[in-house]
Amino acid sequence: MIFYLLRRIVYTIPIMIGVAFFCFLLVHISPGDPLVSILPPDASIELQKQLMKLYGFDRPWFEQFATWFWRALHGDLGTSIASGRPVAAEVMRAVGNTLMLACMATLIGFLFGGLFGFVAGYFRDSWVDRIASALSVLGVSVPHYWLGMVLVIIFSSWLMWLPATGAGPGGSGEWAWDWAHIQFMLLPAITMSVIPMGIIARTVRALVADILAQEFVVGLRAKGLTDLGIFMHVVKNAAPTALAVMGLQLGYLLGGSILVETVFSWPGTGLLLNSAIFQRDLPLLQGTILVLATFFVVLNLLVDVLQTTLDPRIQRS
Amino acid sequence: MSIGISIEHIGVAADSDRGGPAQPLLTVNGLVKHFDLKKGFVDTVMGRGKVVRAVDGVDFRILKGETLGVVGESGCGKSTTARLLMHLIDPSAGEIVFNGETVGSPALPLREYRRQVQMVFQDSYSSLNPRLTIQDSIAFGPQVHGVPKQEAITRARNLLERVGLEPRRFAGRYPHELSGGQRQRVNIARALACEPRLVILDEAVSALDKSVEAQVLNLLMDLKEEFGLTYLFISHDLHVARYISDRVMVMYLGKVAETGPAEALFEQPLHPYTRALLSSMPSMDPDRRTEEAALAGDPPNPIDPPPGCRFHTRCPLAEAVCSQRAPSLKTRQRRETACLIHEPGSGHSHAAAVAAAVHAS
Amino acid sequence: MNTTASLPLPQPRTKVEAIERSPGFWSGVLAKLMRDPVALGAGAVLLALIVMAIFANQLLPADPYATSMFKRLKPIGFEGYPLGADELGRDMLSRLMLGTRLSLFMGITPVLIAFVIGSAIGILAGYAGGLVNTLIMRTIDILYAFPSVLLAIALSGALGAGIGNALLSLTIVFIPQIARVAESVTTQVRGRDYVEAARASGAGPFTIVRVHVLGNVLGPIFVFATSLIAVSMILASGLSFLGLGVRPPEPEWGLMLNTLRTAIYSQPLVAALPGVMIFITSISFNLLSDSLRSAMDVKS
Repeated sequence: MIFYLLRRIVYTIPIMIGVAFFCFLLVHISPGDPLVSILPPDASIELQKQLMKLYGFDRPWFEQFATWFWRALHGDLGTSIASGRPVAAEVMRAVGNTLMLACMATLIGFLFGGLFGFVAGYFRDSWVDRIASALSVLGVSVPHYWLGMVLVIIFSSWLMWLPATGAGPGGSGEWAWDWAHIQFMLLPAITMSVIPMGIIARTVRALVADILAQEFVVGLRAKGLTDLGIFMHVVKNAAPTALAVMGLQLGYLLGGSILVETVFSWPGTGLLLNSAIFQRDLPLLQGTILVLATFFVVLNLLVDVLQTTLDPRIQRS
Repeated sequence: MSIGISIEHIGVAADSDRGGPAQPLLTVNGLVKHFDLKKGFVDTVMGRGKVVRAVDGVDFRILKGETLGVVGESGCGKSTTARLLMHLIDPSAGEIVFNGETVGSPALPLREYRRQVQMVFQDSYSSLNPRLTIQDSIAFGPQVHGVPKQEAITRARNLLERVGLEPRRFAGRYPHELSGGQRQRVNIARALACEPRLVILDEAVSALDKSVEAQVLNLLMDLKEEFGLTYLFISHDLHVARYISDRVMVMYLGKVAETGPAEALFEQPLHPYTRALLSSMPSMDPDRRTEEAALAGDPPNPIDPPPGCRFHTRCPLAEAVCSQRAPSLKTRQRRETACLIHEPGSGHSHAAAVAAAVHAS
Repeated sequence: MNTTASLPLPQPRTKVEAIERSPGFWSGVLAKLMRDPVALGAGAVLLALIVMAIFANQLLPADPYATSMFKRLKPIGFEGYPLGADELGRDMLSRLMLGTRLSLFMGITPVLIAFVIGSAIGILAGYAGGLVNTLIMRTIDILYAFPSVLLAIALSGALGAGIGNALLSLTIVFIPQIARVAESVTTQVRGRDYVEAARASGAGPFTIVRVHVLGNVLGPIFVFATSLIAVSMILASGLSFLGLGVRPPEPEWGLMLNTLRTAIYSQPLVAALPGVMIFITSISFNLLSDSLRSAMDVKS
């Protein structure tokens, strides 16, 4: 198993290089001059050349990639063209906010999805099961950015229970774990939790039904094991896979939060990406994507490693 | 009277007999297949890697018109040998001579060889394309070899009739609508559609019910008679092998242990492994009931086969010399045996006695 | 006549033309779908949407582009505006109907193109195996290392706004996913005995792929691709919602949702309408895909 884990880790290296190369290419597939957003329209050719040299756009692509990759490895993602600040610092601040939101959403999704799925799998083909199945189809079908708008309409506009946008009272400010701040997080987190909820419910339902149908459970029941005992048994056997799915979903939410963050003006990577795109700030775009993709790859690796450790039956090639 | 089967464009010349009936249809010399184990990163860097010696130097002949049965425990290399003969996998070493020509040589290109040698697999379901009708499956082979579609379909229906499946009812059906026995009849028809001379039957009846098995075996014997076929019949079932075979070859761990005429081999096995294998056969005769397991445990791992004679780890007659010297196939009176006991002067204590007994007889 | 070479077959007793034929695989699937009420319902909704998209010009009650300063943000049921008016006073009903055209087009096209390209790549990798497989699949793994939403936004963000760029980005998102499925199904089929048997009869790789592989892998790949259409609908509208896809004044549900965002306090019901359309469409595709999956008995 040690060898499997080592191989799995080694195998991640070329993937990461490929991911980095893809992020690097983003600037180059982009049409037009990368400096167009900061150059005044009447800039002289001289100034343009000077800036090209400053940002290194005049050298061959592989040299640019090598330099860029080397710097990225050392935590230097370049300078934002729009703000002039280091990309790494901007991204890291935003990633913290996104991570917080995504974790909260995954937690909500896992709790409710797990509950629905468990009940549905335990009472298979009952009305509970049918409702849970319907909910999980709705969960993966709903455009979550629209769901966010609907929640704002209901809870902010009509009921006026929760704030609609932002991440704290009085505009920007430091985050704190008090109700004044947490209430800002609820709506976006619930919105984002809908997709993992549906997927986790589906997974847990299938897992529970599978385990209950296995012969050894039938045997346990025949031996007179109580319902509680069987319940514990099912939980123990379903947990590794369910946790793995939850880990993967957290990764998807990290990358997929941009639309929801836009709806709620949540100051995370989504909002950052949005402004990078519209100010054509390509280093910022590149840096944000690279950081998010790295998170996703590392998270996948962790999930794999954890799952293999928890459940030695799994031997993936 | 032959119906709708024109042979001309398939190449009659290659079908003609070379060297008369005495020459073997198929001769296999030193056939070897080693599978690379999946190597880890470290192994690749160090340039090392283990191999599975699935088939490790096999020699045999199949005579024209005979049925050669191949028996042995699972993992002995029977099926790998079949796949090597079909060229479904490339041999690591060795040559196959078909009808006097080396397979793959300009005189006998692979494509032409493949028409003359066909195979019936064990799993009757997985060997038929679920999306093709029965007649399309049978007609596929001839079409590959240039028979026009309509003619190939006609041939397929005729063959269905011949294997005992009414064309009107079965030609337009899909494999999942047929029973296992019916599907295996289709597979036999499919193998015959290319008009082969040699048919390899790899556990072809093993998955069938006993009653169906007997019907299919009888069908195979009829077809052989009618079309002048030669069979290589692989089976783990010794009764079946004895029933259908003219000669039998016993394999152990990728090597040939013994070959001989079926009756002689079953009545008087020479190799200790054959004897052990036969004594594990259930018998109806109470006097011949098996008292103790003749073959204990599993065969050794083909990744690291034992040195010397491969059977010495389980052989009741093994002596020190058996783990040092590998026996070679010795021929005596149409029988071949690879055992030091039957090798005069091998150093095995039984060898002299056996030699004396042979002289006396 | 050469007796060793010809098979002395008996005369067939029946006239060979009159064989009984079983219904083919696809007609069986269709028959199962026709008995499935969920599939029929979802199919009817999608059919209605497609008819609406094709005949939008004939069906529109009003000009979807005509603005009116005095009719801005009118509620549902306002006189002459059955579903209200948007932030520029345009008829919501007409815009939603015409929006079907672009929204469906943007959702379905990337999956269709990715189905063709991804299947080709996956089948090639799966059937060739070995080094070719490794090279192709490891490259695919790199694109697969991005969450789909992030990849779509990164690509169309870098390429710039526009329908063409959005379609291209989404196609690139779905190719690796489809290629992976195609590769794994093809690898499975390649190991079946009937492919071995076809090789044993001397058929070349192209013949084998055409006759024996395609028929057995395209079904499962197609089922998987249909499950992506709902995702694609949501993503495509999402790109337009961010301002990366369709540009104004063309009606597209995601874009309409975006321009109406400011109206969620004044006309919440009108503002939410485009999202309802996206929701209905994506549910229908999901349900139809699920039914197709069980009708074809493909394991997920």
